[in-house]
Amino acid sequence: MALLSRLRARREPIGPLDYYRKLWLRLIMIGTLIFLYGPISTLIAFSFNDSRRNIVWRGFTLKYYEKALENDELIEAFTNSLTIAFFTTIVSVILAALAAYVLWRFRFPFKAAYEGAVALPIVIPEICMGVAMMAFFARIGWPSDLPWPLSLSQITIAHIAFSFPFAAIVIRARLESFNRELGESARDLGASEARVFWDIVVPHMKPGLIAGALLSFTLSLDDFVITFFTAGPNTVTFPVKVYSMVRFSVTPEVNAASTILIGLTLVLTAIALRLQNRNNMNMQA
Amino acid sequence: MADMQDPIIRIENICKTYPGGVQAVNNVSLNVNRGEFFALLGPSGCGKTTLLRMMAGFEIPTSGTLLIDGQNMADVQPNKRPVNMVFQSYAVFPHMSVAQNVGYGLKIEGRPKKEIAERVQEALDLVKLGHLGGRMPDELSGGQRQRVALARALIKRPSVLLLDEPLSALDAKLREAMQIELVRLQKTVGITFVIVTHDQDEALSMANRIAVMEQGVVKQIAGPAELYESPNCRFVADFIGKINLFDGQAKANGNGKTLVETPVLGKVEFGGDANGPVSLGVRPEKVRVSREKPSGNLLAAQGPVTDIAYYGGYSKVFVDIGAKEPVLADITNAERSMGPGFENGEKLWVSWRAEDTLVLTS
Ligand SMILES: Nc1ncnc2c1ncn2[C@@H]1O[C@H](COP(=O)(O)OP(=O)(O)O)[C@@H](O)[C@H]1O
Ligand SMILES: [Mg+2]
Repeated sequence: MALLSRLRARREPIGPLDYYRKLWLRLIMIGTLIFLYGPISTLIAFSFNDSRRNIVWRGFTLKYYEKALENDELIEAFTNSLTIAFFTTIVSVILAALAAYVLWRFRFPFKAAYEGAVALPIVIPEICMGVAMMAFFARIGWPSDLPWPLSLSQITIAHIAFSFPFAAIVIRARLESFNRELGESARDLGASEARVFWDIVVPHMKPGLIAGALLSFTLSLDDFVITFFTAGPNTVTFPVKVYSMVRFSVTPEVNAASTILIGLTLVLTAIALRLQNRNNMNMQA
Repeated sequence: MADMQDPIIRIENICKTYPGGVQAVNNVSLNVNRGEFFALLGPSGCGKTTLLRMMAGFEIPTSGTLLIDGQNMADVQPNKRPVNMVFQSYAVFPHMSVAQNVGYGLKIEGRPKKEIAERVQEALDLVKLGHLGGRMPDELSGGQRQRVALARALIKRPSVLLLDEPLSALDAKLREAMQIELVRLQKTVGITFVIVTHDQDEALSMANRIAVMEQGVVKQIAGPAELYESPNCRFVADFIGKINLFDGQAKANGNGKTLVETPVLGKVEFGGDANGPVSLGVRPEKVRVSREKPSGNLLAAQGPVTDIAYYGGYSKVFVDIGAKEPVLADITNAERSMGPGFENGEKLWVSWRAEDTLVLTS
């Protein structure tokens, strides 16, 4: 016993809360960072590499950005993706807000089953969703030769179907923190149910709406599997286009396009977080 | 138009059973008069909030009728009732400024902007928040938020203002100040107040009449003094203030008198007719303590002092006379000295007048 305590005493005195001084913790932290950001930083770095092959560094250039921006097919795919993501976001956030509100506000038979059914697509493998969507559109004979924005309708509908549950869950979670007395108070002051929803519930939901919108947008923007199955012959989205480009070779042009996409996502996320913070601050009362 | 003499709220045989099977309110009947400050008092979980929420329209009675201003409320939605409510959490809208909160009810009514602004200022002045209209709720203290909730409910000039435990979230000092202020406010606006509270001091000091509830049932409805001096059952006697209780047996002798026998106090005669088990009760401030045996028409017993607690203005003296619990006597420290001048263990007499004794049959 005496020996044991003397051994302990000689050790470096690391306080019980000094986790950051422990080696294993530092290793884990560095390891996760490399694991998460190693590939992405390589991708970004080599988008500026003055060489056709992504192997050795040959100096800085922006020419692959120019090339990417001059590639009409790539730009078209990019525009398609943004358009699809935009409509997906709007529709799925509205649907999700309504579904979440109904689930939170009312009691009805089979409510648990309905709630489960809304969340289920999250765990259904994407490949199955994709095949099901393709079969569905073929079965109902959805026209595949519509003019431009409408030609994206199949993909958009499919994207709404799979991103809406994510948004619904986020908004539903936000509603849990809503003080029901706020709604009752508005009602007591003369508001109809609809008025309570607009004046009181929606402002509270806002951070959830923003988070849900961000989720839907990014889910839609980078979806490959479901898009691949539901895209008509003449519609290409950004991920699908990138896929077809790398089938021949990974060019810095692809790196450049991907970097632009990463930048765009980061900016959107930053805006969403800012909006959310402002809301949270107002909501604390 | 309803008669002005009619009660503003008339509740008849109202019951409420929640879907889970909890019977929160059980066959309650009561009237609230116009211009009255009415309190629903009872321990937590006795159904006070449920009763109040039925008045506001947020709970639907399982059976019974509720009339407000002579009108049956059965099919009237909460937003159409002539009552407004101050919620326990105050429920101040966090995304609206103080002025927007207070003006919300008028905005819904579609009043012109100018009228809203004037009436908001008037309502804020009434609750002494006149200078804070531009603040957001998260910049307010709990007491200020409560005033916002009050102003917001009063601005609609309801027939009845319902308040659910409005003071329970405030600290002791502020609570006392708000008690006085609520009474002042009620007199100023002349609106009927129905307040829910579990705090007997609050109810006694503020209300004109009080309904004491226990487990969904109203036990007694009376003014504060009557509740304190003439409770109609053990529950009310015990819940309102402190009381010494002695179990005994009553026997009516047929000519308007009843003989009550208790082990510690012997046989005592009271007016009225009662038979079977009863309790004799006496409030602590009515008990006198003395070294010598008191004389006169008194109930008296002797025993050792078990505890003395000094409270400054008065002291609590506990004397064990052999009953279930020691008798509590509140002794006013009327003269400047070191406490009541008794010692622990000292044998003392406790006594009180027969007419200060309560005979409780239930
Ligand atoms: N929404 C509800 N659903 C089921 N039971 C409830 C509900 N609200 C209150 N109760 C129950 O009803 C009883 C009375 O509650 P309440 O009226 O809130 O009492 P108080 O306000 O006197 O504390 C309690 O037993 C409580 O658990
Ligand atoms: Mg309550």
